[in-house]
Amino acid sequence: MEATFYIAGGVAVLSTIMVITSYNMIHALIYLIVSFLAIAVVFFVLGAPFIAALEIIIYAGAIVVLVIFVIMMLNLRDETVAQEKSWLTRDIFMVPAILSAILLAELIYIVTDTNSQPVVTANVDPKEVGLSLYRTYVIGVELSGILLMSGIVGAYHLGRQKRKVVHRFLEKAEL
Amino acid sequence: MNGVTVEAGLILAGILFMLGLISVLIRRNIIFMLISVEIMLNAAGLAFIVAGARWGQPDGQAMFIFIITMAAAEVSVGLALILQIYHQIKTLDGDAANKMRG
Repeated sequence: MEATFYIAGGVAVLSTIMVITSYNMIHALIYLIVSFLAIAVVFFVLGAPFIAALEIIIYAGAIVVLVIFVIMMLNLRDETVAQEKSWLTRDIFMVPAILSAILLAELIYIVTDTNSQPVVTANVDPKEVGLSLYRTYVIGVELSGILLMSGIVGAYHLGRQKRKVVHRFLEKAEL
Repeated sequence: MNGVTVEAGLILAGILFMLGLISVLIRRNIIFMLISVEIMLNAAGLAFIVAGARWGQPDGQAMFIFIITMAAAEVSVGLALILQIYHQIKTLDGDAANKMRG
């Protein structure tokens, strides 16, 4: 089980690196799906099978498909890859990478400073998660309902296109 | 039977969060920036799951469900904003969207 954790973690890190270095948007999204699947394996090893299923269904299933649909609607052409190549150069890459690596090194130092504890391996059932959600965190469930509702209304309002009046005199008057 | 330590899980979450942060900092394409925010939220959720598994309590998983809800709402509103920006300025360059001169 331990080896599964490390292998899946390595796959997740490698595919995330491929996401942040690829120029083609669709390729990046496919690598992102691989990364989410690997993290789902990590969740399964850590004793959270319900969350592993949710990760695959919601992240890899819903969110990535939503982004792919938007990319299809934007009607991007081949020159976006070349544009991305010109935007993502090495000297842009270096300074943020070094600064973030310093922060990560500090985080690793702080985390490994304490004596190490093994993770309890008992699976936490979906039943316990559901009971915790609807007893302890019932306010949070209601608030996330409100959040999703406002998300739907906001996405509809923002995504709607204003209908343009096509009339030559009106067009000239507008200009 | 399971030798996975808390440190390993937290370090994995930290590495994934750092990769998402680097990607937000270096990209100019706004769709890539949105994807990177998703990576960072997922890494934060992984840290919650590791902490929940350490104590064998369901609270970490409940928090992950809230994070996933927030990520779904955020990505839908963000993609609607990206569609509007693309129709207004005809490019995905984040630097070009400075019409308000803020």
